[in-house]
Amino acid sequence: MKKELRLMKGNEAVAEAAIRAGADGYFGYPITPQSEVMEHLMSEKPHERTGMVVLQAESEVAAINMVYGAAGAGKMAMTSSSSPGISLKQEGLSYIAGAELPCLVLNVVRGGPGLGTIQPGQSDYFQAVKGGGHGDYKLITLAPSSVQEMYDFVELGYELAFKYRNPVMLLSDGAIGQMMEKVELTEEKQRRSHEEVIKQCPWATTGKTPDRDHNVITSLELDATKQEQVNHKIQAKYKELEEKEVRFEELQCEDAEYLLIAYGTSARIAQKAVSQAREEGIKLGLLRPITLFPFPKKRLAELAGQVKGMLSVEMSAGQMIEDVKLAVNGKVPAEHFGRLGGIIPSGEEIIEAVRKNFIGG
Amino acid sequence: MEDIKQPENLVYKKSEVMTDKVLHYCPGCGHGTAHRLIAEVIEELGIQEKTIGIAPVGCSVLAYDYFNVDFQEAAHGRAPALATAISRLYEDHAVFTYQGDGDLAAIGTAETIHACNRGENIVIVFVNNGIYGMTGGQMAPTTLEGMKSSTSPYGRDLKMMGNPLKMTELVAQLPGTHYVTRQAVHKPGKARKAKKALKKAFQYQQEKKGTQVVEIVSNCNSGWKMTPNKANEWMEENMFPFYPLGDIKVPEEK
Repeated sequence: MKKELRLMKGNEAVAEAAIRAGADGYFGYPITPQSEVMEHLMSEKPHERTGMVVLQAESEVAAINMVYGAAGAGKMAMTSSSSPGISLKQEGLSYIAGAELPCLVLNVVRGGPGLGTIQPGQSDYFQAVKGGGHGDYKLITLAPSSVQEMYDFVELGYELAFKYRNPVMLLSDGAIGQMMEKVELTEEKQRRSHEEVIKQCPWATTGKTPDRDHNVITSLELDATKQEQVNHKIQAKYKELEEKEVRFEELQCEDAEYLLIAYGTSARIAQKAVSQAREEGIKLGLLRPITLFPFPKKRLAELAGQVKGMLSVEMSAGQMIEDVKLAVNGKVPAEHFGRLGGIIPSGEEIIEAVRKNFIGG
Repeated sequence: MEDIKQPENLVYKKSEVMTDKVLHYCPGCGHGTAHRLIAEVIEELGIQEKTIGIAPVGCSVLAYDYFNVDFQEAAHGRAPALATAISRLYEDHAVFTYQGDGDLAAIGTAETIHACNRGENIVIVFVNNGIYGMTGGQMAPTTLEGMKSSTSPYGRDLKMMGNPLKMTELVAQLPGTHYVTRQAVHKPGKARKAKKALKKAFQYQQEKKGTQVVEIVSNCNSGWKMTPNKANEWMEENMFPFYPLGDIKVPEEK
């Protein structure tokens, strides 16, 4: 079959992917730099194409709670926002994680804190991978670094979300969301039928039939001993994720003496820095985590025995570096280089940081 | 004893739409009656298989344990948002929220107003007893002027604490609401009227007429620090004048 290619913005790619993946509902609230997600959905009339419901909510809080309701009813639901809006969604995300429901949340990160800037940032890493809201929970966090991955990770995200009954976050940034690249599209899938939803999600509130007990979606358990068991069950799931679902990409790591660790937009720049550094005689490699949770800590621990230094390149004041340091556990010097407030680092700056931290001169 | 248990002697039985779980509500509280009326309505309309309820945060947080229908437990105030998504994705289902005054009229004000304004096809049951019961009797958005609570120990001072909110009158003005009524359940006659109102609300919802709001002015003998009888008297003397019972918005019948 002929490939269907289209030039798209990252945000548009997510929207198109959701329709084609057979998503049932999108609930959102406008915020820069991700408003194209809902704009694309609305202009595509998914209610006519696939029957997908798209609703502009009164707030990010309402939007994530609409997702909560839809997910509890077994539906493929999603929302998207950018940093300040994602902060507002943390309450809902904690409930969704606590009730063990699948859903997809896109964060097109901008620099913060507060209202910050509308330029790209990676300063929501902690919020994404360490839980974000209250209680012991985690989001499966995927980090796309191209418009194609923005598209592909929607379906991958849903697959993981339903497999593990856990919210999935696509942690993107303003650059990936706004830039246009060529995207290879997949065929449009039919949304699941009512029977298929019941079969896939026997726990969902699809309406109590005489053949089963009533289904209840809740994150509440007042008996502390039972609540502890609920927590243990959720933690076991995270452990399983760490064993089975770690995804990353390596670039010229085989003979690397120094290693960059970067995701998203930073990984794009780091990729360039690797080839430039090699021209200058520095054996630089790149490890690009695709899953930020689960984090590729085993592979980093292995590489700690090979390289002389690791540099975590992030558009933040140093967040992922903490996970890198935990992974290498002092076996190798691990440092951070970052630009803040919406500035994207250059390849030259990265190489300079490698020299300064590990090589000298 | 056993021989009088005959079908012809049966004057009352528990609704099939209620589970066998023992209610945790305080003796004298109106929640139990309100639950029973809703369950009876669901049973009589034959919609148990397509009813999805949304529980609030507050005293009725465990409502999902008592109704034998599928249920979701929302975050505080967010029930109308959950109900919005579910009713849009399950257009023929009977989706209802069950919320208290703190949940619906304080923290969930935005979700309530916007769900009502969009005319989401849901039933909102709003139990208003003018106090936060579960957290220990704090002032609610609907606490009356001068009414004592643990956070208005000398009585609600309007200058300092603001005015009680007539949320039901407010949502009645919105184009999306279809049937808006205020009822009570503390006496058999009132409970019968409330059941009729609830039945109408669920019928209209099944006819896809938009948002149906049934407020139930209720008591909180624990929070009000009164005996159940005294609380009901106090409710009649003080709550009903400010929150008068009756229909607030009645759909035009063709």
